[in-house]
Amino acid sequence: MTVQNPPAARSSLSRDGLLWTLIRFREAGISLFILILVVAVTLRAPSFLTLDNFKDILLNISILAIVALAQTMVIITHGIDLSVSSMIGLVAMMVAFVVKENPNMPVILSVALGMALGAVLGSFNGLIITFGKVPPIIATLGTLSIYRGLVFYYSQGTWINSFELPAGIKLLSKGTPLGLPNIVIVAILVAVIVYFFLNYTRTGRDIYAVGSNPEAAQFAGIRKQRITFLVYLISGLLSGLAAVLWVSRFESAQTNTALGFELQTVAASVVGGVSISGGVGTVTGVLLGALLLGIIQNSLTLIRISPFWQLAAQGLLILVAVISDKWILSRVERNRK
Amino acid sequence: MKAQTVPEAKSASLISEFPPPRSLLSRFQRWEWMLVGLILLDVLINIRLSPHFLDARNLSRTSSDFMEIGLMMLPMVFIIISGNIDLSVASNMGMSASFMGLLHNQGVDIWAAALAGLLLGTLGGMLNGYLVSRIKLPSLVVTLGTYAFYRGIAYGFLGDQAARGYPKAFTYFGQGRVFDTLVPFSVVLFIVMAILFGLALHRTTFGRYLYAIGSNENATLYSGVPVARIKFIIYTLSGFMAALAGLILAARFGSTRPDIGTGLELSVITAVVLGGVDINGGKGTLPGAVLSLLLIGLMRFGMGLLNIQGQVQGIVIGLLLILSILLPGVAQQISSVRKLQWQGRTVLTALGVIAIFVLFFVFFFWSRAPVIAGG
Repeated sequence: MTVQNPPAARSSLSRDGLLWTLIRFREAGISLFILILVVAVTLRAPSFLTLDNFKDILLNISILAIVALAQTMVIITHGIDLSVSSMIGLVAMMVAFVVKENPNMPVILSVALGMALGAVLGSFNGLIITFGKVPPIIATLGTLSIYRGLVFYYSQGTWINSFELPAGIKLLSKGTPLGLPNIVIVAILVAVIVYFFLNYTRTGRDIYAVGSNPEAAQFAGIRKQRITFLVYLISGLLSGLAAVLWVSRFESAQTNTALGFELQTVAASVVGGVSISGGVGTVTGVLLGALLLGIIQNSLTLIRISPFWQLAAQGLLILVAVISDKWILSRVERNRK
Repeated sequence: MKAQTVPEAKSASLISEFPPPRSLLSRFQRWEWMLVGLILLDVLINIRLSPHFLDARNLSRTSSDFMEIGLMMLPMVFIIISGNIDLSVASNMGMSASFMGLLHNQGVDIWAAALAGLLLGTLGGMLNGYLVSRIKLPSLVVTLGTYAFYRGIAYGFLGDQAARGYPKAFTYFGQGRVFDTLVPFSVVLFIVMAILFGLALHRTTFGRYLYAIGSNENATLYSGVPVARIKFIIYTLSGFMAALAGLILAARFGSTRPDIGTGLELSVITAVVLGGVDINGGKGTLPGAVLSLLLIGLMRFGMGLLNIQGQVQGIVIGLLLILSILLPGVAQQISSVRKLQWQGRTVLTALGVIAIFVLFFVFFFWSRAPVIAGG
């Protein structure tokens, strides 16, 4: 007797079809939005559409992109990591201290140090959430305060400024051996790695599974605890990398470094189509989200809108993006029926 | 005929008129009692550490520091119990206070300006409510957007100027005391509001609906409860209270800057969750939230007397928040496992993890020493 195609496979295929359409639709929507915005801004300020300006935008969003990718993976598992800003602040301060005392330390070592420190902080989050069974929003809310407090305790309020940092680390983000600033290249590299990880490795697909339907994933043999721990570890790792880049780019480490940054990463993810209830999200979407945020910031300055209204514009943008996203979704759902 | 015996109350009847007997100890196994215990513990510790801890004037002064958080906390309890969240409260507060400040700077009468601020804040809450209840967007995302949007509007109103020169009649609301006692007006206001909110939550149908929505929103919806309207109401309330808190804060400072209250939403949520309200909704009490506010307030006050900086105090509060959920969960796990099975592999990983964290702290203290000493 021939084996028939189990109905489950067929419906999952069609669901994939719908999901794929939604995702493509989402990215098309964001891309269109960006295009319209670019055209509108260029009409008002022709200096927007120059290569130099574009490089400037990329420079500004590189760190955001790296951390937003980490945040995306966490959100896909139906979690959230509010502590990224404090992790960046703490690692930045610690690395800056070490680099100040050891100016001849190879730069690559400081990057490795930053990532290692970040990994420890991230794994603390992971442990609290997996073993402690503390809900992610609360756990990371707690570590947000704890890590930020540690920055203050560590530095006693002092900060590291540009003169105290050796040239090597300052050049890390700004050097342009390949035409683009290093920091942009690092961001692109991270994006490529994350893309392959999420789409072409089993662990990456498991992350989506855990987010979509944790129980089914568990029954399918996926170690949910391991995957959850892993995403927070990665979040810490990438935050550590971002911290070193932050010190390098801004040539300083202060107690309020990266304060409030976590919400920008969530905003970039959400605008990029990542669903807050997990299971949905793509690398391209997040990158587009970060790009959109960067364009908004850049264009508002060019159009001479007072910097005081920029935050309001960003917030309004998030709302518009999310509302239109929901509207598109409901339309697609209705057409399907 | 057989004489029929009356069944004793303690017989094996499945349905009893009396609630099952509970030991005295189990009656105290509630989150709120844990908070009371922690408060007593904290008071005892602080009395030993700081002679000025129980000074009435100090307590009076510090209590008003927390009343704004307290006012915003009350509707937040409603929102979190119903399974939602509001990240925009502090930004709404800033927006309302900044609007009032702007109008006052332009010469508008303070009371009219205050009313306008209240109105704007309430509108802000209504926008949140509309997006969550009618457009059915996730509350985290909506309030994240309005968190930025309202704060941005606050900056748009005041820019880099500050609003100053509020008349004494107005600053009374933030700084004044009732009659001739040491009790600040804002504390009395908070107590009154807390009683109102507490009655609404625990003694009305509306309150029961909140728990129902938090437990199982679909079932509640299908039971005919006007879920959308209720959500709209609680977010509007949140906006109103945020605006009220903003006015009180502005009155307390005597001035307004657009960054007023930045970051307070996290303190509000911490206070609510520490108060025993489940972040996923469906559980929690208002007295618990009030107790946790008291605990946090006393702890911060005590640490302040010990010259511990505000941000470093955050370490303790953050740990408290995490442990308050972690310890009961772990205790439950340990008690439910009859025999602890110590596998070699688990022990090794546990030791490895502990070693890594110890290494981290060693590095932490080692790396800061030279710079702190050198200055």
